Amino acid sequence: MSRFIDQIKVMLGAAPQKPEKVSEKVQQIMFLKYEDKDRYIKEKLHARAHHETSHKWRNRRWAVLLVTNLLFVFSFWLDIQLLEGALTASRFAGFHLIDLNSALQVMLAHKHIIVNLFIGTFTVFLLWVLLGGRSFCSWVCPYHLLAELTEKLHLKLVEKKWVTDHEFHRGTRTVFWLLFSLMAVLTGYTVFETLSPTGILSRALIYGPGLALGWVFLLLLFEVFWSRRAWCRYICPIGLTYGAVGTVSPLQITYHVEHCFHEGDCRKVCLVPHVLDVTIKGRADEEQIGLGPDCTRCGLCVDTCPTGALRFEVKGLSKLL
Amino acid sequence: MTESTPPKVPGEQAAPPKPAPKKPAMSLEKAQKARRKFLQSLGLTVGVVGISLLGYAPLADARSARLRPPGALDEADFLSSCIKCGQCVQVCPVQAIKLADITDGFGIGVPYIAAREQACDFSCDAVQCILACPTGALTYKKPEFMGVRDGVQLAAAPILKAKEKDAEPTLNLKERIGVARLARPEACLAVQGKGFKGQARGATFKGQLRYMEVDRWKPIPVADHPYELELCDLCVRECPLKGAIELRPIKAADGSERMTPVVLEPCVGCGVCEMVCPAEPAAIVIDAQAPWKA
Repeated sequence: MSRFIDQIKVMLGAAPQKPEKVSEKVQQIMFLKYEDKDRYIKEKLHARAHHETSHKWRNRRWAVLLVTNLLFVFSFWLDIQLLEGALTASRFAGFHLIDLNSALQVMLAHKHIIVNLFIGTFTVFLLWVLLGGRSFCSWVCPYHLLAELTEKLHLKLVEKKWVTDHEFHRGTRTVFWLLFSLMAVLTGYTVFETLSPTGILSRALIYGPGLALGWVFLLLLFEVFWSRRAWCRYICPIGLTYGAVGTVSPLQITYHVEHCFHEGDCRKVCLVPHVLDVTIKGRADEEQIGLGPDCTRCGLCVDTCPTGALRFEVKGLSKLL
Repeated sequence: MTESTPPKVPGEQAAPPKPAPKKPAMSLEKAQKARRKFLQSLGLTVGVVGISLLGYAPLADARSARLRPPGALDEADFLSSCIKCGQCVQVCPVQAIKLADITDGFGIGVPYIAAREQACDFSCDAVQCILACPTGALTYKKPEFMGVRDGVQLAAAPILKAKEKDAEPTLNLKERIGVARLARPEACLAVQGKGFKGQARGATFKGQLRYMEVDRWKPIPVADHPYELELCDLCVRECPLKGAIELRPIKAADGSERMTPVVLEPCVGCGVCEMVCPAEPAAIVIDAQAPWKA
């Protein structure tokens, strides 16, 4: 229970804490791991040498993201009417689907909820409870893909020391979430939708480009030259809304301390590296730990980890089988 | 005397030794870094919120109102309830509905109709856009607490000329989205006593209309339907609703007998008259969101 609360606090912006008590099993694992330094180093190098760089999860994810967004596009263009609408709200084979954050903005601004809005929101809520909350970000959001690609450019520039990454406080996103909710209530307008690159890109894909893409372009420039993945990390309230759903989602990436050499490759590729603080030596207090609600389940760490210490898992399913 | 400079007491009355200064929670460098991070985060917050509030600007701007799709709530309610998904755009058979760009501020992604380019001709028969709307921004039945502006409620359900012989000839529409107005009578061909021959808006015009005599179910380009009229009555002829507009005689300035289009109460503001008007710019236009004034 306390981990549940702690992980929510971390999602809201708190720094991950060192565990007060480490379970005996983990103590034993750590003891055995470091008992023989030479063997440890040999094993580590062995694991590295045999690790084949894989993009399995990234490729699957990109495929799902592209197919989902193109399904919207072709449903309209070819009039196949399978997935009508945009990411903010749509109908899949007739069933209402409504983006949770857009629904929240409309409900707060309009203060009147009709049945279809409720049904669509609830359906999507259930869907993302099953699929892992913030997995919406990495598996569906078109801005995520663009930002992921421009991130490579940012990292190249950082490597050449032409730019530096300016980190903001992660709690900023929580402040934004509250402010955008408050502004919706007070102004009666869905203020956030004006800036939402997710909505802008989705509509641009389906209904054709417009000036709004200029704003998305500015965001990407900001991320390339000033702050790595700034929108997703420090601003976007959509991520926090879906993160809240992820608190109760059984689909997680789990960390198995027994297999870990604490090298930190996973944290380097991660959009939300604070969820991977458990992989730092001495941070894990249980043999197996879910990464928590802020994890976008993108699977980059799973691809990167040479020892299989990070895995996709459905909570309870492995016990059942 | 300040506390920071304790008086030096010589000799026997030496001050008791001070407790060792507490180790600061973090080093100076770390504290500075945290401070900088906090200030930058504050800057980011102020910046993004500031940019988001720019969305107000287009609303404060006193430009003419947008023509919204049929069944739209009053403007403020419409902007707040629209979820910007474009499902109304997708179902419209004549693609009359467009989504506004970021230049509309908070109205980004909100549907509107540019009647001169493509009016709503009700060729869907059932106001499909209302049916498609997931949030009730377009609605058949407005919640009562929202109230109705004067002159916006229609006296009777509008009768669709195309369905006049059907068992159910009316459109399920309770409020108008605007009203037509003969804005430039001097440019009106009927007022000038002129006929019209050819394509209403030229060969390159992309707009579509449903012509019952051509195809009950499929709208065709206006450019594919040339006219040959003794006296231009395009706005009356092509109006999809019964009794919303008619030609009435007037006396011209030179005393001759002429005809002029007169807009009547059943007008819902669909914009077909504005679209087909062959004068350039249109002699008859829609006043978007305007109420009916007798």
